[in-house]
Amino acid sequence: MTDADLRIVDMTIRDGMHAVDHQFTPDQMAEIARALDEANMDVVEMSHGDGLGGSSINYGFAGASDEEYLDAVVPELTDTELSVLLLPGIGTVEEIDMALDKGADMVRLATHVTEADVSQEHFEYVTERGVEANGLLMLSHMAEPETVLEQAKLMEEYGADAVYVMDSAGALLPDGVRDRVGLLADELDIEVGFHAHNNLGLGIGNTLAGIEAGATTVDGCLRGLGAGSGNAQIEVLLGVLKKAGYDVNPDFFGVMDAAEDVLVPMLTEDTMPKLDNDSLILGYAGVYSSFLRHTRRAADQYGVDPREILIELGEMEVVGGQEDLITDVAKRLGGQGAGGTAEAGSDDD
Amino acid sequence: MTVSAAIVGPGNIGTDLMYKILDRSEAIELERMIGIFPVEESDGLQAAVDEGIDVGTEGIDSVREYQDEFDLVFEATSAYVHEENAPVYDELDLFAVDLTPAAVGPYTVPVVNLDEVVSGGHTNINMVTCGGQATIPIVHAVDRITDVSYAEMTSHIASKSAGPGTRQNIDSFTQTTAAGLEEVGGADEGKAIITLNPAEPPIMMRNTVYTMVDQESDVEAVRDSVSEIEEEIQTYVPGYEVTLEPEVKGQEDVGFDLGDEIILTTMIEVEGEGQYLPPYAGNLDIMTSAALGAAERVADHWDEVRAVGGATDD
Repeated sequence: MTDADLRIVDMTIRDGMHAVDHQFTPDQMAEIARALDEANMDVVEMSHGDGLGGSSINYGFAGASDEEYLDAVVPELTDTELSVLLLPGIGTVEEIDMALDKGADMVRLATHVTEADVSQEHFEYVTERGVEANGLLMLSHMAEPETVLEQAKLMEEYGADAVYVMDSAGALLPDGVRDRVGLLADELDIEVGFHAHNNLGLGIGNTLAGIEAGATTVDGCLRGLGAGSGNAQIEVLLGVLKKAGYDVNPDFFGVMDAAEDVLVPMLTEDTMPKLDNDSLILGYAGVYSSFLRHTRRAADQYGVDPREILIELGEMEVVGGQEDLITDVAKRLGGQGAGGTAEAGSDDD
Repeated sequence: MTVSAAIVGPGNIGTDLMYKILDRSEAIELERMIGIFPVEESDGLQAAVDEGIDVGTEGIDSVREYQDEFDLVFEATSAYVHEENAPVYDELDLFAVDLTPAAVGPYTVPVVNLDEVVSGGHTNINMVTCGGQATIPIVHAVDRITDVSYAEMTSHIASKSAGPGTRQNIDSFTQTTAAGLEEVGGADEGKAIITLNPAEPPIMMRNTVYTMVDQESDVEAVRDSVSEIEEEIQTYVPGYEVTLEPEVKGQEDVGFDLGDEIILTTMIEVEGEGQYLPPYAGNLDIMTSAALGAAERVADHWDEVRAVGGATDD
């Protein structure tokens, strides 16, 4: 942790990977990392959007391998720490081992909010290697605060240095953030973090609510680039925090420049973060933000409104990782009745 | 001719297997259920007693004591216990069907490679993983029509049906399943993903299989091959159902470069038979069903070669 009041984690080259279909080149990642290091960012997180080992058909193959990205980014960082993400069930201890050998300084281990016990072997491995381990409880809106606490305590027991309330669907309202973060901050002996998505337009507001309730480590991305409508826009967050009187390490202008001069030229109209109708529905229906782009493609293929697919997925209570069900739902909705439109996408060979 | 068997490990899997054998197996005669706790402390042993099955409470020592009663053991303990037990089964000339992730013997999927494994002289066979049993046959069914350069499976299982063993060793699920997609399924490269979903009521076990094949592949022939293998699997896993026949995704349907390949997506749901475990626990059900299916094929094989005698069929 830093000497400042808060630790700021930039995930432009991790959660931001969702927004570009995991297609950043290693050179682009390196350029972003360099700009963030120069701006004195506390932590930079990098990997496939779904963590190390996430490159797959289900989540999208990345533009390069985990190894190639690490080799490009590690030499760019001086004082800024490097974090990698891993979701047990997708990546394994082997990938953690590889990333630590290549120079990662910390590992963040993410599970669904009720399934923390799948991360025990990974926490034990990371802490044995003497590296900081944070636990991320995804889709925290799907569980009551007491359940979030019970699961956070498991991660604390396994050796976590911090546990995050992840609003992966951008579905929490400020009260929901306060209840969860506040309870964890009261009951845990470790740091508590908060991770926002902006699907209901609350990315910055919720992060502020989380900090007021006791979060000491928070996430964001340059220009907000992330899954769904994006995460807390980090240069805005810095401005807000400074104005609110918090002591933070990153250089405000430097981070603003990284967003405008380094990241923005890499984006297109399609990948530029925006809070549009489909991402609004993610937050409204409580669906994992990275489902957005997969849903749009399936909606095109089967001739369905993406919002209908997302509402249905929300009712099914799907969790992160179940991206394959999008095809199933899209086909079902598109093929209502005779199943005529369902054939529309199959004529591509 | 029937084959006499024992179940070692009276947990959820062992108990479910017992009911399946008693319910529907003509080829397997269950002689004994063996655990390590007194009957009154073991639900599984108690269930065996209630069904009139003899029990043993001394683990591997009970196997030694009653070895003359059976020719085949189902190992439903854990990976490390099977690693210790396997040499004993070997020494006692017992055929082992291993339901743990130990994989002392070769990965075995009844409908794909069982005959090959058994006629190859192996006497210890491993049942891979639940997800492997559900998805490897599909990869094989595609690969026998057109070469699969890459296969990926995702398994969604209800949180309630994932026990502490699975949770503490989730890497062994993904690593073992990926290896099975390659070694048994025939993919050049394999990847496995598992997701636990806590929704109530619990979700059925669902699997998706993605295979990457040449864009000129005969998709209709692949679909026929998949429905053929679905029928074969249903003979030993009645609740197995292909819910999405191989569906084509081309370059415009994905966000990465496909080269000259296409993706075939197949989805499967497995509903348990509900003898001991609830129907949503299809992931456990498919393991016990596959193990029983494997043992029955072993019995057939022994019948054919008549090379193994001396079984005292009660």
